[in-house]
Amino acid sequence: MIDEVLPETAAVYWRPRVDERHLDRRARLWTLTTVAHTIPYLAASGVLLWLEPLAAPVVFVLLAHAWVIPALYAKRGANVLRRRPRADGGAERTALGLLGDLVGHQARDLHARTGLVLERGRFGVWLVGEAGAVLVRPGGRRVHCWCVHAEDRSLPSGDRIAHLLLALRTDEQGFATVANLAFSGSRRRVRRRLHPEHRPALDTAAAAARPTVQAGARDSIRRAMSKPLTRPDHSGHDLPDRAPARPSTRPRSGHPHRAR
Amino acid sequence: MARLIRMDRSGHTTLAEWTAADEQAVEAAVATFREQLDAGYYAVVSEGEGRARQVDELPVDAELVILRRPIAGG
Repeated sequence: MIDEVLPETAAVYWRPRVDERHLDRRARLWTLTTVAHTIPYLAASGVLLWLEPLAAPVVFVLLAHAWVIPALYAKRGANVLRRRPRADGGAERTALGLLGDLVGHQARDLHARTGLVLERGRFGVWLVGEAGAVLVRPGGRRVHCWCVHAEDRSLPSGDRIAHLLLALRTDEQGFATVANLAFSGSRRRVRRRLHPEHRPALDTAAAAARPTVQAGARDSIRRAMSKPLTRPDHSGHDLPDRAPARPSTRPRSGHPHRAR
Repeated sequence: MARLIRMDRSGHTTLAEWTAADEQAVEAAVATFREQLDAGYYAVVSEGEGRARQVDELPVDAELVILRRPIAGG
């Protein structure tokens, strides 16, 4: 099967097509950049305080820089999901009807609560907003925040999301190539800076991005716990796994380990 | 009945409707489809949750063809 290529990628021909390796490399670069922004300020504040304790106010300014710069980057990431001005009510309702036809029940409910659409992709779980998307990578700890929008700014919000959703479904790699990466880093850092209305959507996406093996195992355990345990018998009948209760030889009172 | 719709400021506008048996309606839909592509729209056929296909020719057997504007970063 040949993957389709989003035609918009022609407008950014100089960008390498995004793939797993590219995403991992960008993630490492963002982490390095954050460290490079933070460590010098922390080191300088430590040295300064050691040399001259009276320089504490300056140390405070340096520490504030070490905190503010990464915080501003995370805020930039959170801003990709910010809501845009609404169109008139009739257009919004019509657009929401179409968007509702494109997504399933769960995504529709999530959109009604948060204004964001959850979409599973090969790179992870996407949260699509009106002018951007957040990719929650498998495991749910790291997010990539992308600025991307439909070129017609007069569209109602539902249509803006539908534009991005259809492009994402057509070519996920192309979508990530066309979009501008605004931030890559910890999901928690972005979550703190999201509008409270959007936070449940990010939590849902993170839960969906966690390894399905664990979820499957949990479900299996839950199912197994709810069923009576059986083991095969040579006679062809299933017998209870546990022997019928016998009178205990242990003292009845107190914890077994304490009974001596 | 199949529909060709365009996402625009009104939410969406139905530009053409056709059935495969109605040749005139198909011809009209194909002409409209071509006009919209020339005007810079892209045509997408939604193929259920998680899948969509970009098309350059009107798929007569599709139930819904959606015209969208290009997207851009930033």
